[in-house]
Amino acid sequence: MSTGLKILTAHLEDPELHTLAGYERHGGYGALRKTLREGLTPEKVQEEVKAANLRGRGGAGFPAGIKWGFLPKNTDKPIYLCINADEGEPGTFKDRLIMERNPHALIEGCLIACHAIKAKVCYIYIRGELLKCIKHVERAIEEARAKGLIGKNILGSGLDCEIHVHPGAGAYICGEEMSLIESLEGKPGQPRNKPPFPASVGLFNCPTIVNNVETIAYVPWIIQNSGQAFADLGSEKNGGLKIWGVSGHVKRPGLWELPMGITARQLIEDYAGGMRGPKKMKGYIPGGSSCPPLLGTEIDIPLDFENMKKAGTMLGTGCLTVFEEGVCTVRFAQRIAHFYEHESCGQCTPCREGTGWLYRNIKKLEHGEQLDGGLDLLESICNRIMGNTICALGDAAAMPIQGFLRRFGDEWAAHLGAGRCPIQG
Amino acid sequence: MSVPSLAFSATAMQRFETIVARYPHRQAALLPVLHLAQAEFGWISPEAMEYVGGLLDVPPVKVQHVASFYTMYNLKPVGRFHVQVCTNTSCWLTGGVEILEHLKAKLGVGNKGTTADGLFTLEEVECLASCGTAPAIQVNDLKDSEWPIRYHEGQTVASADALIDALRKRATEGGAA
Ligand SMILES: Cc1cc2nc3c(=O)[nH]c(=O)nc-3n(C[C@H](O)[C@H](O)[C@H](O)COP(=O)(O)O)c2cc1C
Repeated sequence: MSTGLKILTAHLEDPELHTLAGYERHGGYGALRKTLREGLTPEKVQEEVKAANLRGRGGAGFPAGIKWGFLPKNTDKPIYLCINADEGEPGTFKDRLIMERNPHALIEGCLIACHAIKAKVCYIYIRGELLKCIKHVERAIEEARAKGLIGKNILGSGLDCEIHVHPGAGAYICGEEMSLIESLEGKPGQPRNKPPFPASVGLFNCPTIVNNVETIAYVPWIIQNSGQAFADLGSEKNGGLKIWGVSGHVKRPGLWELPMGITARQLIEDYAGGMRGPKKMKGYIPGGSSCPPLLGTEIDIPLDFENMKKAGTMLGTGCLTVFEEGVCTVRFAQRIAHFYEHESCGQCTPCREGTGWLYRNIKKLEHGEQLDGGLDLLESICNRIMGNTICALGDAAAMPIQGFLRRFGDEWAAHLGAGRCPIQG
Repeated sequence: MSVPSLAFSATAMQRFETIVARYPHRQAALLPVLHLAQAEFGWISPEAMEYVGGLLDVPPVKVQHVASFYTMYNLKPVGRFHVQVCTNTSCWLTGGVEILEHLKAKLGVGNKGTTADGLFTLEEVECLASCGTAPAIQVNDLKDSEWPIRYHEGQTVASADALIDALRKRATEGGAA
């Protein structure tokens, strides 16, 4: 089903791809020039992106074109575009590739997206730890500005657009869009209640669109080749290619750009070289630690937003974390639960208290202690967090635990009162 | 209120002006300016908070509220090399915990501890987005103005051990690695 076509990773073999000269050598900024030359209206660009079935690559899979349509039609306030480059979801390492190796694709996407949503300023919120990404994107911005691709009257078109990098400072929660906005305003990253959604009241209380790096980096290709062409590359309702990641216990962890709707079997066996050793695959997390895990036998489900939902999990970021037989899923989940306790921003009681409560009880279970109420206790903590918080971090902490209970319940039950971990000792 | 005893160098001040100009409100520059302050002063001391607050018209208590929310700001002095070992999912599966334990023993410190010679601070951290090249270690070098943060990926206990030795050598010989 893969035609072998690549978009964002097509010219990675060119060591200069991250420079303007390298990017332009491979046709870079052609989509921006086309937009300006042919006078494509914002409406036309939005139409193409809608037709592309471009689903948000930050984890939730919301159709990008539809999100852009939520902006107020008539506003006297400035509109902002914020690029979510906070890449912090455990298991996820794909946006780094774009920013380090092909940053101009992101910049060109930002320029076209800004035109489509009538934004004149775009902030790229990059995780502070990712210094190489920050440097490469900042340099790409400088190069593009020097060539008249960013700034006032872009290439003589009359369009203005500024792009700035905003470094994060270490907080997973800032990947959540409302928290990202607060953080951009120079505040602690504590999410705001929705509604109002950012499209009406976002950054500096102005209409704002937040999109993931990968989402926006695909926009130039869509404009060059049409939304329909992009849609045709993927599966139903899931347009295009995507950058897939595989890490964990596989022979060759890495990233590959392949169609939406590919299967975990193809990714793991054909690209990641299979398992690293003789042990069989016990399971995998499809798209970052917030997604409920699947069994090692559930690898023939098409990886797209609808099919993953049907399977009781989520596609998330499309970066798979694979683990082999012998790994204790309680101990693994304990590490994940610890992460959410650490990263809860503390604003909502169910999340602040619940994530710690979950972690402490999973830790007890891993030590083979009894739990008051058995495994139902864990289920009930999850249920008390789910849906009771301002942002989805609470859900993100609860869902994987529920998933582990569902898929590996026998193993979890065997820990109850066993005095030690029956799997890893 | 006391007069802050520290100030940005001329170069840092230039950088500060560039950053502030990016935003319609001065407070929005707080995160990047705190990074700048940390690069200049080594850590975010109460004086640094007061200084940054003065530059951005933000009360120092608000600066503190923000600085303490984010893990990258050091509210206490750290060693020259801030060695940060990821032990989250993919690193957990591929030996990150063993590396952390080895470095604790080698350096003789616990989590967030600093060696007596002030060279190393060791810390367990959350996912660094290096899952495809796990396990990963992030090393901040206070004296490296070009690359104050470097990732060391695909680590083993042996390579992490050698990394510490190389850093120590860099410190005694001066200059960057
Ligand atoms: C706790 C939490 C963390 C998140 N982290 C990220 C992230 O690191 N990167 C990202 O793009 N989206 C992240 N998201 C999703 C964003 O809230 C938002 O849906 C996304 O940036 C929208 O862009 P998209 O539609 O292009 O995917 C996170 C959400 C939550 C609840």
